[in-house]
Amino acid sequence: MTAASLVVKDLHVEFSGFVAVDGVSFDAHLGEVRFLIGPNGAGKTTCIDAITGLSKAAGSARIGEQELLGRPVHKIVRLGVGRTFQTASVFDELSVLQNLDIAAGRHRPSVSLLRTRRGVDPAIAQALEETGLADEIATPAGILSHGQKQWLEIAMLLVQDARVLLLDEPVAGMSQDERTATGELLQRLAAKRIVLVVEHDMDFMRRFATRVTVLHQGRVLSQGSVADVQADGKVQEVYLGTAGAATTADMLAVPDLPGVAAGTQKQEVD
Amino acid sequence: MTKLKPRLSLLGIGVFAVLLLGVAPVVLTDHWLGNLGKYCCWAIAAVGIGLAWGRGGMLVMGQGVFFALGAYSMAMHLTLESAGDGVPGFMVLYDPLAPLPAFWEPFRSPAFTLAAVVLLPVIAAGILGFALFKRRVKGAYFAILTQALTVALATLISSTIRETGGDTGLSDFKYFFGFVLNDPANRTLVYLIAAGLLVVCLLVVWQLYRSRFGELLVATRDAEERVRFLGYDPANIKLVAFVISALMASIAGAMFVPIVGIITPAEIGAAASILMIAGVALGGRASLFGPALGAMAVGWGQSSLGSAWPDGWTYILGLLFVVVILFFPKGLSSVLGRFTAARRSPGERPPAAVSAEATAAPELEGVKA
Ligand SMILES: Nc1ncnc2c1ncn2[C@@H]1O[C@H](COP(=O)(O)OP(=O)(O)O)[C@@H](O)[C@H]1O
Ligand SMILES: [Mg+2]
Repeated sequence: MTAASLVVKDLHVEFSGFVAVDGVSFDAHLGEVRFLIGPNGAGKTTCIDAITGLSKAAGSARIGEQELLGRPVHKIVRLGVGRTFQTASVFDELSVLQNLDIAAGRHRPSVSLLRTRRGVDPAIAQALEETGLADEIATPAGILSHGQKQWLEIAMLLVQDARVLLLDEPVAGMSQDERTATGELLQRLAAKRIVLVVEHDMDFMRRFATRVTVLHQGRVLSQGSVADVQADGKVQEVYLGTAGAATTADMLAVPDLPGVAAGTQKQEVD
Repeated sequence: MTKLKPRLSLLGIGVFAVLLLGVAPVVLTDHWLGNLGKYCCWAIAAVGIGLAWGRGGMLVMGQGVFFALGAYSMAMHLTLESAGDGVPGFMVLYDPLAPLPAFWEPFRSPAFTLAAVVLLPVIAAGILGFALFKRRVKGAYFAILTQALTVALATLISSTIRETGGDTGLSDFKYFFGFVLNDPANRTLVYLIAAGLLVVCLLVVWQLYRSRFGELLVATRDAEERVRFLGYDPANIKLVAFVISALMASIAGAMFVPIVGIITPAEIGAAASILMIAGVALGGRASLFGPALGAMAVGWGQSSLGSAWPDGWTYILGLLFVVVILFFPKGLSSVLGRFTAARRSPGERPPAAVSAEATAAPELEGVKA
């Protein structure tokens, strides 16, 4: 597996005249947990939709030499680009193992589909271990907790052997402990795969981001390290101007004053 | 649990096979054995509908088309077999010098006929399914489209009385691949073939449902987009299920002809196609036995109640349909499943209930989509 980067250049998405993403460029490399943040409606999800072929887009999104834009969804997946969805979308009626088995299936020859599953693939066992779902192997995915569903989605990307993980608000609705576990998991994964996280939650971003791109109204507002974007006046302005007052407080909270922003939340800043 | 359930189902198929192939021919009169054979044909088509609709989420309202392909292939062959070297009687009726239409000629060959019964539905469903699924036609659009095809085919057959027998249909078959159909022993043989094919179809879907393909099909039914994001093309998955279900409908039609002795457009049209769906919905479309048993029950109702009280039967069927849809959207087989699950572990949510639900579609999504 080469260390090809994800390079997005001048991405442009329009929905019947409304420009949702307007000339966005960013890149993500191996070894970093890359964040894409911004207020609601900034166009974060649309960026991911465009990269994964769900929305038609102009511009370019490449992995190494491969252009992604213009290909059908399943072909982009086969190039090693995997994503999760804002609302966890696992197969509720199938067990955790069955979910993972389906995710692993595209590497198998078609005829093997007619056979019954025997045992557990090593890749699946490893993904279960990695995401802490080993005890839930027979649980129907529909009755997993919210956090576990997100982990199952990540595990599905792992068995799919995606080179690029695009995660859309993976910690939404998670408890603080679950967030920490997820962040640490992403840091581990980033060593071998490109990890791009779309987030809303500033505290989570501050703790785990290597580099950040801030989107606002479909454009890149600011780009750089966590400290860079926090210090950026334009970012502060946008966040003060939006309705999300809590997020605003979160965003601007000075890292070395634990407890100020989120009350009881513990903050570990490195 | 997960290992036990398929075994139990296999045992169920075994019991079913013994009843159909061993017990029924001994205890039933000739008349009722013939009727049972007819129900078996509908059950074969129903098993296919269960696969496509129950597991695949495709509301196939036009199985009559594929039923017709099998039925008319077989009927043309049997008509020619009965006519010997000549031209079928009904054609001579309109024009004594009428030549045999060119598309009839190859059906003189038994091998060609059997190949047609298998290949025609596969090719037709393959082309139709490819065109529809690649364009992402689904839900009500898919249902209406398939239904329209059935109506079109029935109308075509009705209007081509010289070539196909029109509304009168094809009948008076004397031989079935050399066997005299008047002979009760031969009729029992034809019944056994139909019943045997039903058992084979059940075994096929049993293996499909426990295979990875079966899991993938359910996943596609419930979250097609998600499956796409795992690198599969859902169109191909649905296509396989659709083609298999078409093949089963065709086989059902082919066996229907020698058992019932007549095929007319009424047996393949919109009403007939919907009746096939009704049986599947009553029995439980996503379960293994539900579609077959439901179709047989509807068939039995039609020939007993329907002949004793033809006006009332339609209303009874309608009422039954409404009650089942309202109270047991997963069909009558789910009642049994729920009952055994409740007995196994009262109070908490039993794993059996979960896995039973795993096989059932979200309520009627095909209808309202
Ligand atoms: N399919 C669509 N059709 C029309 N507008 C859309 C569609 N998807 C997103 N949008 C619009 O594009 C903008 C960006 O949306 P989105 O990417 O979901 O924002 P974010 O994920 O940053 O909250 C929003 O104004 C949204 O209403
Ligand atoms: Mg979003």
